[in-house]
Amino acid sequence: MIHTSEILETLQMIDHQKLDVRTITMGISLLGCVSDDERRLCDNIYDTITRRAERLVKVGEDIEREFGVPIVNKRISVTPAALVTGAIRNPVEVAVTLDRAAKATGVNFIGGYSALVHKDMTAADRRLIESIPEALSRTDFLCSSVNVGSTRAGINMDAVRLMGEVIRQTAAATRETGGLGCAKLVVFCNAVEDNPFMAGAFHGPGEGDCAVSVGVSGPGVVKVALEKVKGRPFDEVAETIKRTAFHITRVGQLVAREASRRLDAPFGIVDLSLAPTPAVGDSVAAILEEMGLEVCGAHGTTAALALLNDAVKKGGVMASSHVGGLSGAFIPVSEDNGMIEAARRGALSLEKLEAMTCVCSVGLDMIAIPGDTPAETIAGIIADEAAIGMVNSKTTAVRVIPAPGKDVGDDVAFGGLLGHAPVIPVRTLDSAAFIHRGGRIPAPLHSLRN
Amino acid sequence: MNEVKKAVISVLGADRKGIIAGVSRILFENDANILDISQTIVSGLFSMILIADIGSTQCSFDALKSQLDALGRELCLQIRIQRSEIFEAMHQI
Repeated sequence: MIHTSEILETLQMIDHQKLDVRTITMGISLLGCVSDDERRLCDNIYDTITRRAERLVKVGEDIEREFGVPIVNKRISVTPAALVTGAIRNPVEVAVTLDRAAKATGVNFIGGYSALVHKDMTAADRRLIESIPEALSRTDFLCSSVNVGSTRAGINMDAVRLMGEVIRQTAAATRETGGLGCAKLVVFCNAVEDNPFMAGAFHGPGEGDCAVSVGVSGPGVVKVALEKVKGRPFDEVAETIKRTAFHITRVGQLVAREASRRLDAPFGIVDLSLAPTPAVGDSVAAILEEMGLEVCGAHGTTAALALLNDAVKKGGVMASSHVGGLSGAFIPVSEDNGMIEAARRGALSLEKLEAMTCVCSVGLDMIAIPGDTPAETIAGIIADEAAIGMVNSKTTAVRVIPAPGKDVGDDVAFGGLLGHAPVIPVRTLDSAAFIHRGGRIPAPLHSLRN
Repeated sequence: MNEVKKAVISVLGADRKGIIAGVSRILFENDANILDISQTIVSGLFSMILIADIGSTQCSFDALKSQLDALGRELCLQIRIQRSEIFEAMHQI
């Protein structure tokens, strides 16, 4: 029998600590849609998505109502579009179709306007990447990602250079909305195939026809749990986080199983990420500060984040039958009230954020940089971040927004869950000659580790 | 005999007459069977947790929920109904 105190504890977590399921994401394979006729390809894609995901939003809302736990987002991820657009000239029509299908099903994002070019790129990959600025400026709900490196393949520096330019062009193409397009564009190293979180979600080629995955959340719950162990040693901090992560993940597992059953689609994974929102009390930075740091970015931040990230995984793993996706703490600057405040105070520099990405998922995320940052400098930022991922066999990513017409100290607002961020400085030193070399950085050695 | 399907009904708010009567009448009318009930009043704040079997084919979760919502508004209380699995998942291995 369930204990009254346990019921009250759960209600408390939902009401006051912002426990929620961040997303139910349905992954849909588009490999069966392939055609060399543009119209037919788009029709096939639209039909496949709207048929598979027809009931996704309704089922999500039903579960939310019956279990009394908020499910913030319902989303769709699809096969990387470059894999199905090889026989057509203009992939932008597919982007528009994906956006239309997202609107028809009622989801709030669709991810997978993507290319996997960690070793080299096909003509189709290149066409897709070059079309990203137009695709993101002509759509509302579409998210795009490009994988430019991996531990096994190294880093494709031609793709890195290209992405520096694409990010600049995307910012220019979505100038009226503060460069919003860049908030829906992620550059990965070691991208995962089953990530349910946007903007980097896609349904990898190793997946089946369809899968339902869930991303949990709950930074507020962890923060409140840590308030009870103030001043205690880190052993107790880690134990407290593990226990809390277990509770949170069990909710995710329950929702994932139930959604999978009701949608008659296989259960994919539960992603154990702590995903913040701009709302007060839903911040990862606040957890780090609760551990005793004056502000996120103080010396000790990387260690605190390492502990948090590891303890969340340890607690969550036992609570779910399949764990996957990115699974770790997210540190998106504009989506986390504590991070926004830390950036505004100057406590968070790009360099500190880079160090933090060594110990958590997923990377330099939702960071506004000056609008006149050269494409080569952005490519340099991507190369550095990809190198961290490649050498450490982990996923890293870059989602920076060179805010058009803005400079250090200005604020850029993206609205909703994407939040707002102060523009932070980047180094003005020149990386152009480095970036223009092109070619590939070889994969690192993973033996002789002594 | 239908499969047992449990729901947790939680009531929070200022104490007043007729709370238990109101909730249990709605449950009775919807063919739900009360399995357990616990109630406390701490400094005038009424808190009740009620566990009911809503597995009967005559019992619709949505109908039950909307009637309990209406009662909550009428009595100025927070009345919530949730499937019990959420609590079991979180607190039991």
